[in-house]
Amino acid sequence: MREFEYAVAGDARAAIAAARGGARYLAGGTNLVDLMKLGVETPALVVDVSRLPFDSIEPTADGGLLIGAMASNSDVAAHPVVRQRYPVLARALLSGASGQLRNAATVGGNLLQRTRCGYFQDVTKPCNKRAPGSGCPARDGDHRNHAILGASKQCIATNPSDLAVALAALDAVVVIEDDAGPRRIPLSEFYRRPGERPDLETNLPPGALITGVELPALGVAARSTYRKVRDRASYAFAVISVAAALEVREGIVDDVRIALGGVAPLPWRARRAEAALARVPATEESFRVAAVLELDAAEPLRDNAFKVPLARNLITRVLLDLATASGATA
Amino acid sequence: MTETLTRAVGMPVTRIEGVAKVTGEALYAAEYPLADLAFGSVVQSTIARGRIVAVDVDAALAMPGVLAVLTHENAPRLGDAGDADICLLQDDAVHYRGEAVALVVATSLEAARSAADVLPISYDEQPHDVVLTEDHPGLYRPGHVNPGFETDTEQGDPDAELAASPVTVDRRYSTPTMQNNPMEPHAATAVWDGHRLTAYDSTQGAASVHRVLTKLFDLPGDAVRVYSPHVGGGFGSKGSARPPVVLAAMAARVVGRPVRVVLTRQQMFALVGYRTPTLQRLRIGADRDGTLRAIIHDAVEQTSTVLEFAEQTTVATRMMYAATARRTTHRLAALDVPTPRWMRAPGECPGMFALESALDELAEACGVDPVELRIRNEPPADPESGLPFSSRSLVACLREGANRIGWADRSTTPGSRQDGRWAIGLGVAASTYPARSAPSTARATAQSDGRFVLSITAADIGTGARTALTQVFADEMQAPMQAVDVRIGDSDFGPAMIAGGSMGTASWSWAALLAAQALRAKLDECGGAVPAEGIDVHVDTADAIGAMSKVSRHAFGAQFAQVRVDVETGEVRVPRLVGVFGAGRVVNPKTARSQLIGGMTMGLSMALHEESTIDSRFGDYTNHDLAGYHIAANADVGEIDASWVEEIDHEVNPLGIKGIGEIGIVGTAAAIANAVYNAAGVRVRDLPIRLDRVLVG
Ligand SMILES: Cc1cc2nc3c(=O)[nH]c(=O)nc-3n(C[C@H](O)[C@H](O)[C@H](O)COP(=O)(O)OP(=O)(O)OC[C@H]3O[C@@H](n4cnc5c(N)ncnc54)[C@H](O)[C@@H]3O)c2cc1C
Ligand code: SF4
Repeated sequence: MREFEYAVAGDARAAIAAARGGARYLAGGTNLVDLMKLGVETPALVVDVSRLPFDSIEPTADGGLLIGAMASNSDVAAHPVVRQRYPVLARALLSGASGQLRNAATVGGNLLQRTRCGYFQDVTKPCNKRAPGSGCPARDGDHRNHAILGASKQCIATNPSDLAVALAALDAVVVIEDDAGPRRIPLSEFYRRPGERPDLETNLPPGALITGVELPALGVAARSTYRKVRDRASYAFAVISVAAALEVREGIVDDVRIALGGVAPLPWRARRAEAALARVPATEESFRVAAVLELDAAEPLRDNAFKVPLARNLITRVLLDLATASGATA
Repeated sequence: MTETLTRAVGMPVTRIEGVAKVTGEALYAAEYPLADLAFGSVVQSTIARGRIVAVDVDAALAMPGVLAVLTHENAPRLGDAGDADICLLQDDAVHYRGEAVALVVATSLEAARSAADVLPISYDEQPHDVVLTEDHPGLYRPGHVNPGFETDTEQGDPDAELAASPVTVDRRYSTPTMQNNPMEPHAATAVWDGHRLTAYDSTQGAASVHRVLTKLFDLPGDAVRVYSPHVGGGFGSKGSARPPVVLAAMAARVVGRPVRVVLTRQQMFALVGYRTPTLQRLRIGADRDGTLRAIIHDAVEQTSTVLEFAEQTTVATRMMYAATARRTTHRLAALDVPTPRWMRAPGECPGMFALESALDELAEACGVDPVELRIRNEPPADPESGLPFSSRSLVACLREGANRIGWADRSTTPGSRQDGRWAIGLGVAASTYPARSAPSTARATAQSDGRFVLSITAADIGTGARTALTQVFADEMQAPMQAVDVRIGDSDFGPAMIAGGSMGTASWSWAALLAAQALRAKLDECGGAVPAEGIDVHVDTADAIGAMSKVSRHAFGAQFAQVRVDVETGEVRVPRLVGVFGAGRVVNPKTARSQLIGGMTMGLSMALHEESTIDSRFGDYTNHDLAGYHIAANADVGEIDASWVEEIDHEVNPLGIKGIGEIGIVGTAAAIANAVYNAAGVRVRDLPIRLDRVLVG
């Protein structure tokens, strides 16, 4: 760990001004500080934004919800409106990390947490994401937890955030601010595919501050859930996760949202599966066919091919459970 | 004698130092406040084999606070202590990735770490070999296996018996590299006062560290003192001197002030000793009714090029069951890896995973109930030595455990019980661990204020040993526990067994017993009048232990697991574990239960999670911390029912104590794997039982 300067920002403008020239914002610090200890992050200046007043959760004019970037993962998961209208979000958050970490971790920090690829975290090894051009040892090495969709020759790391998967399913919008003022970036455009530049993970302009996340008013979101399969019962990142919302009317799929975690370098919205499910009977068979279609594009590697049947089974099961639950209330 | 023991021994006494621990009053090796303390940060090699060409110490020395950089070029020369693993910084050779190649010493931990992070070292890298395979060209037959067992054994004609057996099982099993991760990282603080060295070390054996330091630094015994009154876990990885105490002592001598060296969690993955991966083959031949005719157990393991460590993986197979013929073997490959060392029940733990899994496969092949199969093959005497067992309660444990888990309800058709999306099943495995004692010395003092003091270089690594010894000593002194003080973890008290091999409490209690008897005799002589300077006795159990009768001494147990398997995802849950053990006299049921529960939890962790993954190109693990190296989380651990059957064994030692530190982990993984098979019809022979293995299996 190197020496660094530490500053506390009084307001957003001050934070943005202080961060000009390559500082890092510090929110809960649960990812940034770990990476600094490992030498993966070596900021000369850390600007503490954890006390900025973006920690509220409030309704928006058009019936959605605006969640402040500094709201803790625990507070968001416990919020009654989130639990009632966006259960997928509460469940995704509660499936992540541990109680202590969720108390410290913020929404903004969660969205920008870095991959858990072991090579990325070890500065004695090559890694295109950490040291562009040095190579990707995971491709022929330890890649059991790596991506099967949307990766590139340069990088196959997965995005580890559970929150982001739920937000992808919900068509959330990330609210940011920089020198040019406040702006909105749909979550679907927030993350980048690695392509030739795995070091660039988002379309957030350098120095920009995330101030919040906006959830649209979305009826189907009330019938949503998150299921995460992991290598131990808690306190582990997803091997595969599924965020889904489903509305069934008279046995026919009326609205469906599916996003996958643990499969790709970014939260993976399963648009192909969603398209295949438009107005079809809500049966196990339809769900399975749609899942298989989504995974057609999968490019598994030596040790992560199991993710294909696992993702297929999990998508099918989650949709079936949602259909059963909505059938019971119909 | 024994009748007077029943006062404190056998009572569930709360650990004596509990309050001191939770209030922070109990000091650990890295917590002693010392003036002028300096901090050492270990620099590890980034190649797996080769030579150090140059270390550019100038840049580091110029950094603020840096006092010294120790390398092989300037470090004090060390004597031979018989453990090449700790002969650190003596030459330019690199034997494995992560080896300690330098120590940066600075006035603050931060300064030491910043300089260590950027210390430029250039290497002449040579090709390395870190992957263990069953047909590795370097496999050889070690001279003995840990700690001194025969490498191979053979009785009868196992090949002929196997060929003649109507039912056979021939299977391969593997266990991965597993890492020791005690809560307290390995740490030491060293202080020189002229030619006297004091070390505060996190160790399972202050006496053994003392011996090593006298040899390394060529000092007389009374010039070295090692303190370790409180230790936050060890599992075997603190059973001998480890790098922190050696580096701290070297550095303290060089900079002329006290030096503290604490390993980071990441560094522990290369520097503290781990459980070797094993590749095992089990061939079993039996009659149709399950009567064993042949057992052949072959194990392939690794060691390093620094030091030979040969785990005794197949040793339990030599005495577990009756069989007409048997063979056990161990083969070793010396790879460019850190030296594997002890980890809770080395040998028995991985070996019994294979044996007890294979027996489950045999039970199915014979159509015999797995509990009954084991009972049917109960040997009348130790099959290896022919000696009688001092006691053996396996059958009682199996019956009691079967009762407790509800074995009678188990379906004999794998994959036939369902609870919602979960397939459910039960499994069983036997458990065993040797019951040994080793020589120890102790001093007992009667003070004029009426108190009695026992001083012994025992270690309490969280087990409750201090409390158990207090119970034993108080009873033998016929005094209440409040009237005795037990002082441990100080090498000045003389040689004693380490907290290892499940021998600590058995060995130290014996010394406590002799010391109390001697003290009472002396008190009787002087009519009970204690002079101001007190009355002192000193005892050594070596003669008594040397005079022990020839019998076979082991603890046995039975482990049962209830599991749930999500067949769509391969997820495994273990809502219930039942362990029943026959472990002699239980000195303290409260701390004993904790030991057994802890062992079973670690066994569950081994079954489902623990695995170091290596990248052969770098010769290095890809997971070096507790986020990447999974151990069971609370949510993975369901109900654990640990208990014991009554067992009175006067032949293990005068108090009838068998160790309980390790037996709890033996067999758990097999019980879980067998239950997974019963639940889902998937046989997982390679640990851990990861969901991808269950899903595609
Ligand atoms: C052991 C462990 C287990 C975990 N398990 C899970 C899990 O299962 N699932 C999961 O999803 N996560 C998991 N996490 C990750 C955890 O969720 C993240 O560490 C956390 O959400 C990060 O939030 P933070 O506020 O602490 O961010 P920080 O560490 O403070 O910051 C992370 C990054 O975001 C940047 N940043 C923070 N806030 C802003 C902002 N407002 N605007 C712009 N940039 C900002 C920082 O500069 C930094 O680069 C785990 C973490 C640990 C340590
Ligand atoms: S997968 Fe990505 S993060 Fe991992 S080593 Fe390759 S480039 Fe680095």
